[in-house]
Amino acid sequence: MARLSGLQREVLSLYRQCLREVRKKPIDAQSNFKNYARAEFQKHRSVNKKDFSAVEYLLRKGHRQLEMYASPGIRNIR
Amino acid sequence: MASLRTTSRLFAASRPLFRPASFARSYATVEAKTVDPAASENPNMKTFKVYRWNPDTPTEKPTMQSYQLDLNKTGPMMLDALIRIKNEIDPTLTFRRSCREGICGSCAMNIDGVNTLACLCRIPTDTAKESRIYPLPHTFVVKDLVPDLTLFYKQYKSIKPYLQRDTPSPDGLENRQSPADRKKLDGLYECILCACCSTSCPSYWWNSEEYLGPAILLQSYRWLVDSRDEKTAERKAALDNSMSVYRCHTILNCTRTCPKGLNPGRAIAETKKILAA
Repeated sequence: MARLSGLQREVLSLYRQCLREVRKKPIDAQSNFKNYARAEFQKHRSVNKKDFSAVEYLLRKGHRQLEMYASPGIRNIR
Repeated sequence: MASLRTTSRLFAASRPLFRPASFARSYATVEAKTVDPAASENPNMKTFKVYRWNPDTPTEKPTMQSYQLDLNKTGPMMLDALIRIKNEIDPTLTFRRSCREGICGSCAMNIDGVNTLACLCRIPTDTAKESRIYPLPHTFVVKDLVPDLTLFYKQYKSIKPYLQRDTPSPDGLENRQSPADRKKLDGLYECILCACCSTSCPSYWWNSEEYLGPAILLQSYRWLVDSRDEKTAERKAALDNSMSVYRCHTILNCTRTCPKGLNPGRAIAETKKILAA
């Protein structure tokens, strides 16, 4: 695999964080959370890796969303 | 709007019992009848260039959009112009506003290169020059002119901006203060936390994670000098590190830009004196 830029590694780390948070959810809801997290990343697949401002904005947005969905009060999604 | 509503204004003059709903929320616009005919024939057009960025399309770059307004039909303040643009020209323009009189601090933005409240900033009457409106500098933008102030509020929370006392007041009623002690709070309690000063501070631009910034330090000083507060030692200890206060290099952009005419620079200098004592 090609060497990743710092920004790309940050995106991957956010994705991993999301998948780890999924495991803390109730078992029957886990697949929903996982699909949602994947879909959120898929939505912006087309963003150019050199479009730093867009990627950085999406990262900030992603971290905000993760923080919100990670709260134990949220037990299922959609 | 004024010109479109001439007929309904005539009705309104006779004060009907119920007004059309669209009328209940009209903002400061100069009424059509107060404009002299000569002025409406020679509209006083001014160009406003407004920063636009939509988070729904993150790959598109921010742009400056131009709007033309007739100053004869617009209220005197920048906020009036923005509200008119939103009402009449482009409803997608996004900005925060609330009190329209400089007490809520919602409409802080960068107008013609100066951080200020749109509601306290007069529209420059020189129509040859365009006015440029940006969100507060060096903030993450939520949309158009709306900055993300999460960090700012988090830092405000970190200084515990409330009265901390262990001993109850002698008579069990109020925590009394001498007029001289109260006087120390003048020029501090008026701060509305609009973030104009913090976002104008180069030191805060580069160290916003650790340096508290002028607005928060002004508030922190307000609690340090409050005679009723008993946790002064803890407050001092929390500030006593190289980043929180000492990133202030007395650039004094904060004092120059404060739309309320306060002096955060002085408050920080006094804080340094207290810490050094």
